[in-house]
Amino acid sequence: MDLSYSDEEIAFRREVRAFLQDKLPPELSGKVRAGKELAKADYEGWHAILNAKGWLAPNWPKAFGGAEWNAVQRHIFEDECALAYAPRIVPFGLSMLGPVLQKFGSKAQQDHWLPRILNGEDWWCQGYSEPGAGSDLASLKCAAVRQGDHYIVNGQKTWTTLGQHANMIFCLVRTDKDAKQQEGISFLLIDMETPGIEVRPIVLLDGSAEVNEVWFTDVRVPVANLVGEENKGWTYAKYLLTHERTNIAGVGFSQAGLAAVKRIAKSEISGGRPLIENPHFAARIAQVEIDLMAMSTTNLRIVSKAAAGQAPGVESSMLKVKGTIIRQQINDLARRAAGVYAMPFASEAVEGTNAPLPDPLAAGPVAKQYFNNRKLSIFGGSNEIQRQIIAKTTLGGAK
Amino acid sequence: MNFDLTDERQMLQDTLRRFLTDRYTTQVRNDILSIEAGQSVEIWTELAELGVVGALFTEDCGGFGGLGFDLAVVFEELGRAGVVEPFLDNAVLAGGLVAALGDETQRAQLDEVIQGRLQMALAHGEPTTRYDLSRVNTTAVEKEESIVLNGRKAVVVNAEAADVLVISAREAGAVDDEAGISLFLIPRDAQGLTVEGYALLAGGRAAEIVLEDVTIPASARLGVSGEAFAAIEDRIAAANVAICAETLGAMETATRLTQEYLMTRKQFGRPIGSFQALAHRMSDLLIEMEQARSAVINAAGHLESDRVIRERHVSAAKNLIGRAGRLVAEDSIQMHGGIAMTQEYELAHIAKRIVMAEHRFGDCDHHLERFIALSAA
Repeated sequence: MDLSYSDEEIAFRREVRAFLQDKLPPELSGKVRAGKELAKADYEGWHAILNAKGWLAPNWPKAFGGAEWNAVQRHIFEDECALAYAPRIVPFGLSMLGPVLQKFGSKAQQDHWLPRILNGEDWWCQGYSEPGAGSDLASLKCAAVRQGDHYIVNGQKTWTTLGQHANMIFCLVRTDKDAKQQEGISFLLIDMETPGIEVRPIVLLDGSAEVNEVWFTDVRVPVANLVGEENKGWTYAKYLLTHERTNIAGVGFSQAGLAAVKRIAKSEISGGRPLIENPHFAARIAQVEIDLMAMSTTNLRIVSKAAAGQAPGVESSMLKVKGTIIRQQINDLARRAAGVYAMPFASEAVEGTNAPLPDPLAAGPVAKQYFNNRKLSIFGGSNEIQRQIIAKTTLGGAK
Repeated sequence: MNFDLTDERQMLQDTLRRFLTDRYTTQVRNDILSIEAGQSVEIWTELAELGVVGALFTEDCGGFGGLGFDLAVVFEELGRAGVVEPFLDNAVLAGGLVAALGDETQRAQLDEVIQGRLQMALAHGEPTTRYDLSRVNTTAVEKEESIVLNGRKAVVVNAEAADVLVISAREAGAVDDEAGISLFLIPRDAQGLTVEGYALLAGGRAAEIVLEDVTIPASARLGVSGEAFAAIEDRIAAANVAICAETLGAMETATRLTQEYLMTRKQFGRPIGSFQALAHRMSDLLIEMEQARSAVINAAGHLESDRVIRERHVSAAKNLIGRAGRLVAEDSIQMHGGIAMTQEYELAHIAKRIVMAEHRFGDCDHHLERFIALSAA
């Protein structure tokens, strides 16, 4: 057993760090650090910088223009990006659709869509969940009926993240009502400009506008936009979900978040002393830090296995559950640390504290982030669903 | 032992609940949240006419309640409906301090408060004092017939709407001495006093207040120079009873909505409440609700007791409600899934009220430490 990174891995980390120092615009990392909502142009700008370096698609094979890094390299990259407060890579085209097209798409689809994901011509969003199909995704109803060279799509998708920026959506649609639920689903690529599509923003409890409803009324989609075979969409969807769950532990986010909690607690004054010296609060920080240290190693153990070619099974569910619990605990600590200054509705503020004389909004959006990140244990397969996967696999009944 | 409400309080509860159910719907409240003022003057006036403000004052001040159980009854209902209007700041805190310390002229203003025509706010906390009640950096210096104030006050809820501010300042002693703190009644538009307002995450508004050579007559002082601390601590205790009851009411709404959702939302062909993982979590929330209710009863019932007994029960309640409230808010959102994350759904606002209540007058850690200190005393 050797807990250290290899020389190559250490050199790689150095390379990534130097790149971020050199190329990540400070105004962009400043926005991320302050918890501000990023504009479409912010994401696109960062994608272009990474694409110029050939690092935009860490998990894609070189043949498709990816970096083809192994799991440990990808982990190092994600870690460094989080610690440098880089914007997250918008995952819908790069981590979700890309791998599906590479495995199940036609040559024509690969040639057409993959370069456009890299160069930013297309912004993809995900049409999976529906009002009646959340945890029970296979019960989805949005229907596509074939008419000649087109499918006619009718129905509704929801929780479509950043759909307001997207010009393309990949959708799970029902193409056979009579088959067993999982066997009547197809995977369609739909142009958001097509007549009959309406995007309605959903304002979240913290005031943010990041998710949407997407409504389809008699939307005509060329049959050429069907990925793989009709009624085999569930297989592709499951494949996509395994990719959605990479970096599911969010260790880098937690480390950056914990550093922020410590900064707040150092300058917030309680009983005339910095809050971080309060034994009770110090214990709370230490407790989460201990969990995070172990989580980081759990994550690396699983990542190493994946690098050696073993596909992670229940482990990714375990990472999701524990990783999101830790992230949410850190958000909770940041909120607590800020004291009365957590109360203002600070949508755009720098992080700070009650000392010396703060701007009223100086504690920043710590409470907003606390509420927004309640989503972590709900989306991407709720933590209850993850526990069910773990239980089924370990207590029997698993397929 | 008898845990029933008196007839008067039962009537007050029924009236208030009926009014808020009819008048303070999710839509009405969400509209109030979106307006600049952050509160509805119309609703405030109607509630004052209903006697809700009067219920928070004792008879000798023109009210008809003012005791721990009166506060608990009123605020539980306000919390149940997620009311954002400033009953706490206007009546319990600022009004309560005028009632406790004011002379006859000063107390005469309370009639206006009770009738809903005058608003007040308490400016006590400062940027570096967090939840410490005795730490006051703002100074008040007597110059001939006048008093001159300098300093800064933090997150003063209802400051902009208040006609009159009750402001604490130090006339003597070290920065964290209990002795030496005084309170002053100062018009919001006094010269040298600036109010910089902002919206709060859970509704309502607050402001930072800067005092630069604010000069007032000596008659603006509430009570005896340097002796306001005991009254401040007493009214913060009352405010904590109120906020605990308010949170309890909000927790009731959260658990009710969650129960309903678990019975009606179907996934995998059955109501999600039939899954044991969720059913047991719901049961845990209901157990915590009973604990929370008892903690509020304990605190409300001891609000008129001697200081150490009162403060011990108040800190116990604030600690327990802080813990139970967070559990109820987080688990209610989790069991709802995405829908609870949307601003327009009732639970979103209710959950914010529950969690952000911890940031007023001390979170559960602060009150745990306080409970330990009071138990050793």
